[in-house]
This record gives sequence, C-alpha cells and structure tokens, in this order.
Amino acid sequence: MEPAITVRGLDHHFGEGEARRQVLFGLDLDIARGALVVLMGASGSGKTTLLTLLGGLRSVQAGSVRVLGREMAGASATALAEARRRMGFIFQAHNLHESLTAVQNVRLALDVHGAVPQAEPAAARALSLVGLEDRLHYHPARLSGGQKQRVAVARALAGSPEIIFADEPTAALDAENGLAVVALLKRLGQARGTTTLMVTHDNRVLDLADRILTMRDGRLMPA
Amino acid sequence: MIALATRLLGRLPIGWLQLTHRRGRFLAAILGVGFANLLVFMQLGFMGALTSTVGLPYAALDADILIQAPDANTLTDGSPLPRQRMLDALAVPGVAAAAPVLMGKLEWRSADGSARSLDVMGVDPRLPSLRALKGRRDVLTLPGAAFIDRATRNVPPEIFDALDAGTPQRFEFQGRTLTLHGSFTIGGSFSGDGWLVMSDQSLVSLFPNRSLRAPNIILVRATPGQDVAALAARINAALPGLDAVARPIATALARDQAFQTTQRPVGIIFGMGVLMGALVGIIIVYQVLSSDVADHLREYATMKAMGYRQGFFLGIIMEQAVVLASLGFIPGSLMAYGLYALLTAVTGIDVLMPPERLLGVFLGTVVMCVASGALATRRLARADPAELF
Repeated sequence: MEPAITVRGLDHHFGEGEARRQVLFGLDLDIARGALVVLMGASGSGKTTLLTLLGGLRSVQAGSVRVLGREMAGASATALAEARRRMGFIFQAHNLHESLTAVQNVRLALDVHGAVPQAEPAAARALSLVGLEDRLHYHPARLSGGQKQRVAVARALAGSPEIIFADEPTAALDAENGLAVVALLKRLGQARGTTTLMVTHDNRVLDLADRILTMRDGRLMPA
Repeated sequence: MIALATRLLGRLPIGWLQLTHRRGRFLAAILGVGFANLLVFMQLGFMGALTSTVGLPYAALDADILIQAPDANTLTDGSPLPRQRMLDALAVPGVAAAAPVLMGKLEWRSADGSARSLDVMGVDPRLPSLRALKGRRDVLTLPGAAFIDRATRNVPPEIFDALDAGTPQRFEFQGRTLTLHGSFTIGGSFSGDGWLVMSDQSLVSLFPNRSLRAPNIILVRATPGQDVAALAARINAALPGLDAVARPIATALARDQAFQTTQRPVGIIFGMGVLMGALVGIIIVYQVLSSDVADHLREYATMKAMGYRQGFFLGIIMEQAVVLASLGFIPGSLMAYGLYALLTAVTGIDVLMPPERLLGVFLGTVVMCVASGALATRRLARADPAELF
C-alpha cells in the first residue's frame, strides 16, 4: 500500500534576495498509513515548516510531496484546500472560534464537507470522545485551557481525517490529559487507520510513538 | 433561530454569531448604520419637500397651460410679457379661456417686529384663475382687498380665527392699507412664507412700476377633451416673436422642479447631503466589517486550514452586511419618521415619507453594506493558515 506521506528531495527557502535563507535541505521521508509519528528537534530546526508543507498550508518550492496519493507540489490553492479537507489540524494555540460554542466549533470540521445530516450529534460524539460531553454549549471563554485544547482535538478528529497534523498538542494540558489525548490519537490510528504526525517536546508521550523523527538544521537525522 | 438560519444557509450562521457575540459593538454598529440611514432620509426629505412645495402653487392654479416669458425658471421669476399674448392665445382653436396673473413679493411686518415674506398673485377678479377662490372673487374688486394663504408661517392664529369669523384684518404695506378678507390654502415654500392673492388693480397700485398691460403669467384653459401638449404647440405657433412661451402646466412644473433641485444652491446642497450620507454610511459599515474581519483573522485562518475556501468567508461577510443593513434600517427609518413629523410641525412644510423612498433607502443600504463588505474581504488575504503553527 502507498505510504500516507512520501517526500523526495524537499528543499525550502524563506525570504528574498540577500535575505534568502534555506530552511529545509533535501528531505526524503516515507510515513506509513496508521502510524503515530513524533517529530522532534530544536526550535528553528524546520519542524514547523515541514508540517505546513505536508499539510498543504504552504506551497512546495522544490522537490516532491505526496500526501494521500496526491502531489502537493504545484497544486492550486483550490486543490490544496480540497486536500486539507482530508486532514485534521491541532495547533499549539487552540484557535477555537470565540463566537461559537464547543459543539459549533467542532461542527465546522464536519460542515466543510457540505451539508452533513446529523452534524450536531456527530460533533457532540466527538466532544464526548475527549470527555467534554457536559460542555457542549459553552463558549471558549468559559472553558479552561485544557478544555479548549480538547475541543480543538475533537474538532480535528470529527471530520474523520486520514491524517492528523499536530503541533505541540499536549503543551497546554497537564500530564494526565496530555497522555490521554495522545493515547486517543494512537487508538484512532489503530481503529481507523488514521496517520498522525506530531511535533512535541513532551517525553512522556514518546512511549506511544510508532516512530520518532529528529530534525536538526533543516535536515532529518538518521534514525 | 440559529437552527432555522442553519437550515436556510446550509451552514452555521457564523456571521450572525460573530456579530451577536459582542453585543455592545453589535448595537453600536446597528446604530451607526441607522444613523447613516437617517442622514440620507433627512436629505431626501428636504429634497422631496423642496420638490413638492414647488408644486403647491401650480396645483392651485386653474389652468392647463401656462404662458410665461422665456426667461422664467419658476412661477415667480419670469419677466412681464405683453397682455396681447392673452388675446393671441384666445384666438387659437381649443382654448376655452385665458387669464393674466401678475406676480409680486412683499414683506408683511407687524407692529411687534415679526415679518413674513409673501408671494403675491394679482389676478383679474372677473376671470377664474385660482380654484380656491371660486365664488369669492368679487371681494377682490374692493381696493386693497386680499386673501391670505392659511399655511403662511408665523401668522398669529387669532388672525385666521378672526377671518373665519368674518372680521377683515388690516395691515399696512408701503403706506397702503391691505385688507385680508379671507383665507385659502397653498402652503409655504423654501423661498417664501406664504401667498397673498389680490386683484391685479390692487397689485399695480402697490407696485407702481408694474402695469396691467404686462402680466407675468397667462393662464390658459383648454376646451374639454383637448390634447394639452398639442394645444400648447399650436399656441406657440400662433404667438408672434420670442417674448412668450406656452407650456402644459405639468411641463412647467417639471422644469421648475428641475431648476430648483439642480440650479439653485438649496437643491444642490440637499443633493450633496444625500451623497455625504451615503458615504458616511459606507465608511461606518466598512469600519465595522473590516475590523470584524481583522478580529477574526486567526479563526478564518484556522477555517482555511480546515479546507474552507474564499467563497465561504465572502458568504460570512455578506451575511453580516445584510444583517447590519436590515437591523440598522429599523432605527434609522423610525428616527426619520419622527424627525419628519417634527420638521413638518416646525416649518409648515410637509416633509412626507413616500413608500418608494423607504424601499429605495433600504435597497441602497443593502447595496452599500454589501459593497463595503466586498471591500472588507480584501483583508481576508492576510488570513494565512501557514502562520498558525
């Protein structure tokens, strides 16, 4: 079976002219479907840039990036948006919509696929997966940091994505909750075949990882 | 409510939810749009009042066609023309009757120092010229006898009470005594406070430089069933020289209204006011919508990351634009009704709200809100999901 992610010869630069600076150098990478992969590295090592390129949030400049069988290099903005609908994102800051309740926030991930019947119950189910079934109609302002992060996780999961990209998803959580979130992602990988690529500095979750990648100065370190 | 909107839109009413999440700001935005509406309504009200007051004296004239000097822009500003033109017109088949009218202006000052500027019509008491004088024209044959416009501003009500009771009221003008024998109704305008009607003889004795042989207007009535425009053309063909022009009264009125609204400063000022009101409205709505977009850039970026496309955000902003336009219109139009009534009471000029103005301003508000919404969406480009990680 084709890997979820295949990267060949990926370079990336930031800036223009004199200030132009290379941040990724000839990356090659395969990530199997259903795997929980942890990406580590010092800040500035290029982890986040790699994540945005894989997630179709940034245009590929040089090299090839195939995600879920689709080439991201040279893809139009529309094609990238289309590709992103099959992905889930968990950001370090929860990025919830402050005007929407928890369940409405999660619904957004379902509605992107068009009018979904029973979207609200489905969103409520996703929230109960993260233990927030009693906070469905709370606005983010009335949720704690950990609860907001769990809503963000529920939102990423609700659309049944094939890949989840997570940037420090446990940073705002205590040890117990952080571990629970990663364990949940792991279970989903086993049950639904969801691939997870997670940037983290949290050593407690490394035990759950199927694979650990390390980046240094824009290059992937040999395992 | 939310569930219904969700069903109608096929998505969550995110624009509505964003607006209502911050109630104070939402209320301020609604009032801002309402205020812009009010500005436009007031200017249109002034403009409409100007147009309709121009028509009031025309409506009072018992005529189908007016003959005036070519330099006449309004009812009162034309040069005198030879009385002979009346006889010329009477010779045209289809003309049933004709009557001369002299125009003047006088200041009626009371002993207490108050003053009203009155437009004066001097009519031939033997001929019908004003509908309101039917059956009362004989009184005007008395020297210095006059009827006063009941809607004249700034006249003590006792005077009209006395006139109704049959007691003539006297006042002096330039050493001559005028006697008010009764009232009729035309209505005040922007240029004068009211009207006075007297015989042409009385007018000439008040204004010694005027002559009975040179009226300002000749009123023409057509025989029943005549095509008035065709008759006016036949009269023009029959009039010698270039000192007089015949026009159907509706045409004369339309010219007058066009003159007052586009040539006179007052019309231009009101027209500018309408533009300014619309501009202020666009700026207010643009401010509200674009700051709302700026406040939600991170959320929009997140939604972009989730796979939502530009059209979705346009939809949210348009939803907000329509909500603001609709909700702002309610206080805006209600305030306008209130101020119209106040203005009518204070100035004696009818400031009315025709339904098409209500509809026009509402549609204009929606268009203006949608336009500023479209402008505000340019800021969306800054919602870059790549910056979220």
